[in-house]
Amino acid sequence: MDKAPQQMDEIPNQREVAWPIAFSVAWGSLRRRFMRAMITMAGVILAIAFLTYMLITDNVNQALLGLRSDAVNILLQKAGVDILAAGATDQMMLMLIGLSLITCLVGIINAMLMAVTERIKEIGTLKCLGALDSFIVKTYFIEASLQGIIGTAMGMAIGFLIAILIALSYYHQYVFPNLPMGRIVGSLSISLTVGSLISIAAAILPAYWAAQKAPVDAMRVEE
Amino acid sequence: MTDIPIIRTVNVKKIYRMGTHEVHALRGITLDIKAGEYVSIMGPSGSGKSTFFNMVGVLDMPSEGEVFMRGHPVSKLSPSQLAWVRCHNIGYIFQSFNLIPTMTALQNVSIARIFAGSSPAQARDEAAKVLDQVGLGNRIHHVPGQLSGGQQQRVAIARALVNQPAIILADEPTGNLDLRTGEEIINLLSKMKSTMGITIITATHDMKMLSASDTVVRIKDGAVESVQSRDEIQISVGTIDGKTLA
Ligand SMILES: Nc1ncnc2c1ncn2[C@@H]1O[C@H](COP(=O)(O)OP(=O)(O)OP(=O)(O)O)[C@@H](O)[C@H]1O
Ligand SMILES: [Mg+2]
Repeated sequence: MDKAPQQMDEIPNQREVAWPIAFSVAWGSLRRRFMRAMITMAGVILAIAFLTYMLITDNVNQALLGLRSDAVNILLQKAGVDILAAGATDQMMLMLIGLSLITCLVGIINAMLMAVTERIKEIGTLKCLGALDSFIVKTYFIEASLQGIIGTAMGMAIGFLIAILIALSYYHQYVFPNLPMGRIVGSLSISLTVGSLISIAAAILPAYWAAQKAPVDAMRVEE
Repeated sequence: MTDIPIIRTVNVKKIYRMGTHEVHALRGITLDIKAGEYVSIMGPSGSGKSTFFNMVGVLDMPSEGEVFMRGHPVSKLSPSQLAWVRCHNIGYIFQSFNLIPTMTALQNVSIARIFAGSSPAQARDEAAKVLDQVGLGNRIHHVPGQLSGGQQQRVAIARALVNQPAIILADEPTGNLDLRTGEEIINLLSKMKSTMGITIITATHDMKMLSASDTVVRIKDGAVESVQSRDEIQISVGTIDGKTLA
């Protein structure tokens, strides 16, 4: 204790930064790069809008088929719904949905990896200021997940609206009285779960990759 | 004050391997830097100044040799302890400023304070105070893109100072600034040294920066060529000025 302080004082461990602070840093970064974030989100929006549209359309069609009304069946046929195959899952559609979801997953990963590459110097600088790897992981994870989750919400809204508008254009007055609310809520929950899971899965890899960047990268002088 | 140097490097070597090709960026540098000193590292481009900075700034590890930070061998520190040293003991100033482009001046400075453990509100207050000290009091809500080079470098200096480090490392801090702004920055650094006793270590090509230095270390091809104290510099600066004027 009474030895020369300059030599003998212990060097403590750096403290962790709390999640809310990482959140506000990630949010600020997204807000200031709004256009870029929108482009990253576009993939999620499209994929989730497609999924939601397919699910809701199916819900509405099933409900209308259930009416067993000739007038409605004629409209359904005009809309191209296969009345005889009612209830059978459409393999082709499932494949399309799957493909669009995979594309969306790859899209977020790609966009975030590019963001990390672009911001190597920024990450290095944060490490020079005393950021731990865990802080970098947190901010990039939050940033990617936020884009995914906001994109999911927007995609759900768009997919739902389009499904309802198209249903209205075919089935007019029959739509609203026969909306299967329970199933629609179920479908929206599926979209939300799928979208969030994909977004979070896509966020993990770029976040860890970002944390691997070294503090020396801050020194890089670019022209 | 004890005589233990704040930074000591012992036979520090750095070899960059690129495939089968090896670059010997540092070839064994042994140097003591005393607390409260203003040290300028000079040398031609590619001589290893930045590489040396990475070592004394605990940003990178030597291939051989050891760096002692306040007596602690840096190679023995854990990643978390290294982060602590970077946060609390060293302030970094870069040639290209390195402000976070999405953060305002105030946020750029307060984030450093937050890493040191302050609450966000406390960090903001302290950051505003330091920004005021470096003469940026009225532009704290601007993002770097809205500030001039000199103003950005002042923000960077405020950020380097906010955790009251013992050492400031500045790698060519005036490299991207015009003559007059560069001089203002040097004066600011020199004031930090005299008023707060901060050890300043800068790398430069620029002779004008030498006037503020207590010690000038010349590096060539990754090795120390000479170490000059203040008095010796005065003489050599005279002759260099003579040469450039002629
Ligand atoms: N990451 C790296 N990989 C490979 N070689 C490197 C790396 N960093 C530096 N070098 C090499 O090490 C040597 C010293 O480079 P350094 O950047 O330290 O020089 P410097 O004195 O800072 O130059 P300048 O005045 O131009 O900034 C150079 O030959 C450089 O090419
Ligand atoms: Mg350099």
